[in-house]
Amino acid sequence: MKRERLMLALAAPLLAIVTAVAITSLIMVITGEDPFHAFGVMLDFGSKSDSQVWIINKAIPYYLSAAAVAIGFRMKLFNIGVDGQYRVAAFFAAVVGGALTLPGPLQITIIILTAMTCGALWAGIAGYLKATRGVSEVITTIMLNFLAGALIGYFLQEGRLGEVEDNIVHTPDLPDASRFFEIATQVQPIYGTIVLAVAAGVAYWFVLGRTRFGYDLRAVGTSEPAAEASGVNVKRTIVVTMLLSGAVAGLTGMPTLLNETGNYGNDFPEGIGYTGIAIALLGRNNAVGMAFAALLWGFLERTGTQLEFEGYAQEIVGVMQGVIVLSVVVAYELVRRWGLRRQQRLVGERQAPAPPAKDTAEVPA
Amino acid sequence: MTSKTTPPTTTATAPPAKAPRLSTRVSTRLTGVTRRLRPPADRDTHRSRLSAPAVLLLLAGALLLFSLVRAITGETSLTETAQWGSALTYAVPIGLAGLGGLWAERAGVINIGLEGMMMLGMFAAGWIGWQYGPWAAVLAGVIGGVLGGLLHALATVTFGVDHIVSGVALNILAEGVVKFLAKLWFGAEGSEAAALGGNDKQSPQMETMEPFTVPGLADWLGDLSDKHWFLVSDAAGILGAAVTEVSWLILLAVVLFVVTYVVLWRSSFGLRLRACGENPQAAESLGVNVYLYKYAALAVSGALAGLGGAYLAVLIRMYQEGQTSGRGYLGLATMIFGNWRPGGVATGAGLFGFMDALQNRGGGDTVHAALLLCALALAAWAVWQFTRGQRLGAAVSAGVAALLWLWYALTDTMPSEMVSATPYLATLLVLALFAQRLRPPRAIGRPYRRGEET
Repeated sequence: MKRERLMLALAAPLLAIVTAVAITSLIMVITGEDPFHAFGVMLDFGSKSDSQVWIINKAIPYYLSAAAVAIGFRMKLFNIGVDGQYRVAAFFAAVVGGALTLPGPLQITIIILTAMTCGALWAGIAGYLKATRGVSEVITTIMLNFLAGALIGYFLQEGRLGEVEDNIVHTPDLPDASRFFEIATQVQPIYGTIVLAVAAGVAYWFVLGRTRFGYDLRAVGTSEPAAEASGVNVKRTIVVTMLLSGAVAGLTGMPTLLNETGNYGNDFPEGIGYTGIAIALLGRNNAVGMAFAALLWGFLERTGTQLEFEGYAQEIVGVMQGVIVLSVVVAYELVRRWGLRRQQRLVGERQAPAPPAKDTAEVPA
Repeated sequence: MTSKTTPPTTTATAPPAKAPRLSTRVSTRLTGVTRRLRPPADRDTHRSRLSAPAVLLLLAGALLLFSLVRAITGETSLTETAQWGSALTYAVPIGLAGLGGLWAERAGVINIGLEGMMMLGMFAAGWIGWQYGPWAAVLAGVIGGVLGGLLHALATVTFGVDHIVSGVALNILAEGVVKFLAKLWFGAEGSEAAALGGNDKQSPQMETMEPFTVPGLADWLGDLSDKHWFLVSDAAGILGAAVTEVSWLILLAVVLFVVTYVVLWRSSFGLRLRACGENPQAAESLGVNVYLYKYAALAVSGALAGLGGAYLAVLIRMYQEGQTSGRGYLGLATMIFGNWRPGGVATGAGLFGFMDALQNRGGGDTVHAALLLCALALAAWAVWQFTRGQRLGAAVSAGVAALLWLWYALTDTMPSEMVSATPYLATLLVLALFAQRLRPPRAIGRPYRRGEET
């Protein structure tokens, strides 16, 4: 039974990726290009060691963002607002970090805690409104994304919290001591913030899968009235889940801030929150699955750039990502329903060893 | 998740042949519980709706307010034809997206994919527009949007995927496709499109769609507006926006709002469509093909969102990457804001459009004047509440009005970010304060499978 569940779990992503490869091949053939050569180039370039480091570094924020989204997904809460949460978090963390000069580890801790708090508070607004006023979190988080942009736009100006350098407005640089460590490799270093991603992944797996709170959370997601009836404080769980999701979302900007830019400028990457949704869907809210999905996303983006040199349009990667996400959600639904029917049949057979005569005369409910 | 409902609970009540159906029964009972826990449906049918005289009175009051503020602050752009014309321009794409959302959600399908459908519409319009002119572009945009809508229908209706998940996926896919095709068709080196100014991020320019001006009336209103007479000139300025250099597409959008209302609320087709959003099982039992209606609703939804995208393309005379910039999401917000009614969508879109126009035209000073406008409006609201005996509400409104007035009095101008944030903030506030009074379609967001009761 366990092997079967594993197979079912793997069937959907595989089906989706095969579909995506087939559809993108078709598109390339239609536009008069050779898909096999393209995939060859991608595999070849993606397996180079400098590519691999790049992919891992790229996957770190993706994974954190996906974990934040997945926390909400597990209770059927759609935190579309990870995008706003991580930007607000990274911005204020950068401001705090740029203003202080404390010993390295202490300051890093403060920066990360600031980010988590800001992310949690920003998401908490949506959680509070959902719990107390019954407002759909989808729409509030979307509004909060726009508000995040306006808020940062207001503060990130010369004379307020920003300074200008080469046409880019950014917050004061973090002191060198509060940069995160890096793991040296033969090529470029891997960002040390990978430990944040691993820690978040482990915490995600443990809290949601192995604790009372995680159980309550999933119970609320499965059936709110049933959870309420069995003594779960649904409102509290909603708020806490949103706070947790926002706190993890707050970490999303850290790899960029602490390992890469050292400040928050108006060129700070946007849209990772939306990527996180795609990755959480692809990885099926599973701690390990999302890691693979994040790496796949990094792989596609890295190897897409190489396609450009080979005369392909690198934008095909975007199409591929879109097709993967759409086919993966369809595939999950199909596989889920197939699994359900199969289970029902098994149960039926177990209860009625002799093949029932009226099996075909079954009337739909 | 599913494994929880699968173990059979009883063996005695059902004959063995029907055992496979048991698990569905269990979950059915659960949804029955959910349904019972919800508040009664017809809460809002007993509430009196705004009558025509009340609406006219409100409009007159608003006009008076605008005139007053204009006269006090001397900020003439507040009631200028250009300001209101530009507000209309900004409102239309959001309104069309909102109307698209309305069609989908009235049939019970949440449509987060509006943004993607707008992108598809804008791209198709840009692609056809530079070759065959703006009217062909509009048609292409509609078709592009319909394709997006049908894809969403395929995922949500046929395959039963979660609506929000499918919508998000659709947005990601649409963005990828649009960027890819833009590079292929507009940016290819040596192609005709590239020679005419197309590149990876934008299409070549298309011809202008000539706006229309009502001759005579427009000039007369313009003259009147320039006289700066209290109330009269202000009314003329605002009315002028409806007759001076108005895009045909704006007119089309207005017509579509009316058509939507008539079709959805005054025809049997609309009744059936809305039944699919309220109680699909009941609709099906009365012979409505729910799948077909949902497909139709999503096709219309996509068409409207695509038209919104095409409108943007015709407005800036090309497809340009990122020009939809979240308008699909805003459309969704206006729809919720507007309580799933066309009039509400129009009001919401108008608010967003007016704020956009304020920000893009008048700058800080006009917005500063708008602050006074809000203060006065809130004060009026407080008085109204007081007369109805709502002392606490009146006090709160009056307090906020006083604070706004204080803010107005103590400052000279407003940061532009504050302005751009206002519509979002307003949406959040409205949702927080009035969410209990909103009445979404009953079966919204629930996947519907024929023959299953969940």
